[in-house]
Amino acid sequence: MPQTDAATVALARDGDSEAFRALVERHGRAVFRLAHRMTGNAQDAEDVVQETFLKAYKQLGRFESRANFGTWLHRIAVNCSIDLIRSRPHRESGHDADDLEHFGAVSEGHESGQQTPERLMLSTEVYERVTGAMGGLSQMERAAFVLRHFEGQSIDDISRSLGLKVNATKHSIFRAVRKMRTALEPFVAADERG
Amino acid sequence: MNTHLTEDDLVLHYYGEMSDADETRSVSHLSACTECHASYRRLQRVLAVVDEAAAAAPELPVHFERTVWARLEPELRRGTSPWLKWLVLSPSRLVWAAAVIVLVAAAFYAGRLSPRPADAPAQASAAPGAVRERILLMDLGDHLERSQMVLVEIVTADGDNTFDASMERAEAEQLVFANRLYRQTAVSTGDRTIASLLDELERVLVDVAASPEQLPADRLAEVQRRIDSQGLLFKVRVLSSELRDRQKTAFREHAGQPGRSSL
Repeated sequence: MPQTDAATVALARDGDSEAFRALVERHGRAVFRLAHRMTGNAQDAEDVVQETFLKAYKQLGRFESRANFGTWLHRIAVNCSIDLIRSRPHRESGHDADDLEHFGAVSEGHESGQQTPERLMLSTEVYERVTGAMGGLSQMERAAFVLRHFEGQSIDDISRSLGLKVNATKHSIFRAVRKMRTALEPFVAADERG
Repeated sequence: MNTHLTEDDLVLHYYGEMSDADETRSVSHLSACTECHASYRRLQRVLAVVDEAAAAAPELPVHFERTVWARLEPELRRGTSPWLKWLVLSPSRLVWAAAVIVLVAAAFYAGRLSPRPADAPAQASAAPGAVRERILLMDLGDHLERSQMVLVEIVTADGDNTFDASMERAEAEQLVFANRLYRQTAVSTGDRTIASLLDELERVLVDVAASPEQLPADRLAEVQRRIDSQGLLFKVRVLSSELRDRQKTAFREHAGQPGRSSL
């Protein structure tokens, strides 16, 4: 019978590397998924996974056994993703209008022919559409949107995490949602008509 | 509220980020205004599709965990020295550390109170850019040479039998850590060619590091194919030779001229 996280963490704290390996095996995929959403890039996500577990290992002594290890790890992963995003040059301004036009053009192209509503129903197809749309967000827009939409963090918390003013955070989220709507609404509409 | 809700209002409403007063007005407006209601419905559908896509994210490869561990383990071994591990992994031991710190602090304070000789001359300044570059080129060159040897051993292994990969595996474990640092440096300095090659190399090294010591023929063939299909050995050789050239140039430029950072 597999041990609980708390028991495994206790063993890892005592230097049992196999116990730490078990934690990596249990939580690695979830950390990767979060990092991939935040960074939008598999290679960056792999680096975030690495940093997250390294930090977790170094801070195991500070982990309170009553807390949930997954949640604790998740927080470290968010911080590592933010550190990585911050360390890269921003692509914040000057491409909104172009992006929206580009999204519109792409969406119309799909609506006008190659895509049928039936195909759209396929989850992989939807995944590709959304991934494409997310790929058009700037790093800050993406991070703010992921933290708000998937992680359920409040705008105030996101502002603190990203080191932005509250208004700037709101506008990052607004721009992100606007781009997602522009990219995805035609498909959603076609799906409904179908 | 007579004025329509803006797109941004709808987003704030969706995420429950409005003030109580604005929230009440929005709810009341949405129930009365078909136009805003339709717009909100569209927003909900789009964001539901985003959620649907998140659930449909492609599965990671089955050996994902093994790969993560192969990258991580050498860093864990390297990152924490035994005495530090002994200390960090058990908070109760921090009490001992605190006692040592108090003793050291006391000794330091006592030293400050006692008379001391004249200050020693300042240490030599940091290494100039040219020297730093030569060291970096030499290090990366060595790293590529060692990686090349691992690749050669694997590519030339007999594909008909199980291959004893214990040596290559141990070497790859060591190389993965250094490779990652070189790759990240190359990314941050914008050297895309080197970064991309190191990325390809890292994937193969991780694969080797994560493989069993006795590599079955089919698994060996898979790694060999991977190295071949990417022309990895050739690319590593080319970069090695390029680095040797750069190293020679850096040596020649050493006569007073600061070197150009190339990684």
